[in-house]
Amino acid sequence: MQSWKSTALSFTLIFIPAAFTIAQEPAFNPGRGGAGQVDKGIPAAIAGAKEDPAAFERGAKAYTANCAGCHGAAARGSVGAPDLVRSILVLDDEKGILIAPVLRNGRPDEGMPKPNLTEPQIADIVAWLHVQTYSAGHRTTYAFQDVLTGDPKKGEAYFNATCTRCHSASGDLKGIGARYDAFALQARWLQPRGGRGGGGGGRGRRGGETSAKSPITVTVTLPNGREFSGTLDRVDDFNVSFHDSQGVYHSFTREGVTLKVEIDDPLKAHTDLLGKYTDPDIHNVTAYLVTLK
Amino acid sequence: MKLLLASLLTAVSVFAQLNPADLLKPRADSWPTFNGDYSGRRFSPLKQIDASNVLNLALAWAARVTGTNVQIKSTPLLVNGVLYFTSPNNVWAADARTGSVLWHYQYPPNTGSTIGNRGVGMYGNWLYFETPDSNLVSLDARTGKERWKVPIADPKLDYTSTVAPVVVGNHIIVGIGGDHLDNPGFLQSRDPETGALQWKWWTTPRKGDPNMDSWPDEYSSAHGTGQAWIPGTYDPDLNLYIVGTGNPNPVMAEKSRKGDNLYTCSIVAINPDTGKLVWYFQPSPHDVHDWDAVETPILFDGIIDGKPRKLVAQASRNGYFFVLDRVTGKNIVTRPFIETVNWAKGLDAKGQPIADPKKYPTTDGVLVSPSSNGATNWPAPSFDPETGLFYVGTTRSYSMFYLTDTDDHPEGWGGLDSGAGNDGSSLLAIDYKDGKIVWRHDWPSGNGVAHNLTTAGKLLFTSNGTNLIAFNAATGKILWHAGLMAAPSSGSITYMLDGKQYVLVAAGDSLYAFTVNQPAK
Repeated sequence: MQSWKSTALSFTLIFIPAAFTIAQEPAFNPGRGGAGQVDKGIPAAIAGAKEDPAAFERGAKAYTANCAGCHGAAARGSVGAPDLVRSILVLDDEKGILIAPVLRNGRPDEGMPKPNLTEPQIADIVAWLHVQTYSAGHRTTYAFQDVLTGDPKKGEAYFNATCTRCHSASGDLKGIGARYDAFALQARWLQPRGGRGGGGGGRGRRGGETSAKSPITVTVTLPNGREFSGTLDRVDDFNVSFHDSQGVYHSFTREGVTLKVEIDDPLKAHTDLLGKYTDPDIHNVTAYLVTLK
Repeated sequence: MKLLLASLLTAVSVFAQLNPADLLKPRADSWPTFNGDYSGRRFSPLKQIDASNVLNLALAWAARVTGTNVQIKSTPLLVNGVLYFTSPNNVWAADARTGSVLWHYQYPPNTGSTIGNRGVGMYGNWLYFETPDSNLVSLDARTGKERWKVPIADPKLDYTSTVAPVVVGNHIIVGIGGDHLDNPGFLQSRDPETGALQWKWWTTPRKGDPNMDSWPDEYSSAHGTGQAWIPGTYDPDLNLYIVGTGNPNPVMAEKSRKGDNLYTCSIVAINPDTGKLVWYFQPSPHDVHDWDAVETPILFDGIIDGKPRKLVAQASRNGYFFVLDRVTGKNIVTRPFIETVNWAKGLDAKGQPIADPKKYPTTDGVLVSPSSNGATNWPAPSFDPETGLFYVGTTRSYSMFYLTDTDDHPEGWGGLDSGAGNDGSSLLAIDYKDGKIVWRHDWPSGNGVAHNLTTAGKLLFTSNGTNLIAFNAATGKILWHAGLMAAPSSGSITYMLDGKQYVLVAAGDSLYAFTVNQPAK
């Protein structure tokens, strides 16, 4: 049962399909993962862990030469040598107070020979290890890998069959492949209004957010037939508000009156397609769009 | 000022006792534990406020607490006219008649995550509070003075503690959170007088334990996480503490943890006296999408195929609604409650969804519904025994799930998801007998994952955006609303005070108490 059809507030909410709207790009928040690869990966982890990049570089060399043979290239352990990223001693360490004695003396009783390291080398390896734990434990530093696995030819066919009602490769999307990296492009075309990581984003966050481009518009029809329309500011079960084409603000209550409220999100087609794509469709379209240089 | 404070404290101190036995049958003038009672129904037998007068529900008082970025995600407790509520590092006591703060306890600055705090537990004159850096603190409820604190986990291993402790007899049951560095999950029971450890139950098996074979080896199990970060429910007749556990680790990179990964993303029944597992059911075997199954498992008795049954139901973050027999943990109903769910191939013989490997995170991304935030999340569901309906706030969200760690030994999250929008948000009223939706309310905007409370006044209180809203619980018709200064940030509670029923909600840094005004005598 659709409860709102039977409420005293009785109103209708109609979504108009985005027919032949000239598509434009709205402001975009790519979410948790970030728009691209800037400030990601090891540089971000070095900054986050507040370590010296030069010490990290020296530490990487010293680690590889002295430790990786047993503990693995990424310090994630191997048979007989523990994972150092998950090591309680490493995680509890501050400035080498716990790690340095192990690097000076080894742990002969547990099968770890005494390494042959200078004090500066020990300090560098400590810095390197702290960056490894920071990197694993902080999602904000994670870097996306290659998303360009699709077939651009199939992507073009999909685009021509599905997207050309609103978009044109030689028109609004001309050069889009040059403006974004592949990850940002994939996130953006899937949901042009963006979305917080996992948060869903999309339509109607915080009472119907607006955007300078491709705004959500609303038409309100009063019981006497008078019609008002404009760019949506906010809509909920109790009120609807918008700015009209003259920039004048309008606000209507929906309580105790029969208002017809018609909302048109020109980007709703993107949301409607989410349930229809296969994952290869997505990868193919991205592979095609990056060719639009 | 000191004198005034002293006299206030004397006035309340006489009444500050909460006998643990009162938790078995809470008084009408109290809300003495996270869910109001042990069942988790968040259903109140109070009916002074009902469909006939809810239109006149009006603000009695509003009160704001001071602090930086305070978000009251705790369900306030009410005992003997005093409200107890929290935010990370803070506990307040306030007079329920006025909202005036009686005392404010501030825990020292620390490096723990301040993502949230769900509130305090109470036993006698004592309050129990978990801190961001994973200490359990006991306070004197009369004064806010610290009695003792005991560490429950090492914050440097990325644990953080947000759970409202649950008092069962002489057990203070605590859980923890934190899933960034593959650290072991557990429940602990602590002594109410000393904080001493009574038992500890690991949420994943160790060598020699049953179900060790749901992991490749003991190492992956011991680093498999499964944090129980929302308070559980308790059946006193069966003597079972029933609680949901969180996602396995590494969160989105599953290469090194093949198998079902028990008891992560599970509903588990624990004997609160021994800390031993009695039964389990796993809503998300081998989860790779961060779909914690911590949502409150609600206990109620019902009729299935003409026979009375003791039941437990959960609307799980993964988009499926489950009803189990709470004596045995055996499945009775499994049904998706959002239409967009696309990650399972079917159900196994136990009624658990079978994850489709095609929807495991990949480096180039897979589109999955729901997003990592889930079809629903920790905000409180409610069960009304009079309508027989289970109420839950939902969003039909999508995300692209990306694998970022392709090492043979991935660590931490190992991946990310990127929100791809949603197909709308709805309040659902679900029939427990078959999981079918009896009524729904589609919100015109906003996040649908909101808190719920039902009452014998045939009302359902929930929220959308900054509006607190009352529905007719049986029909889904909106009867009342009030616009607040922020979105409600924890579950509403209701209680009698001086002969009047109140509905109280926390929103951001403020509390709002509503009542129906009575004619002057």
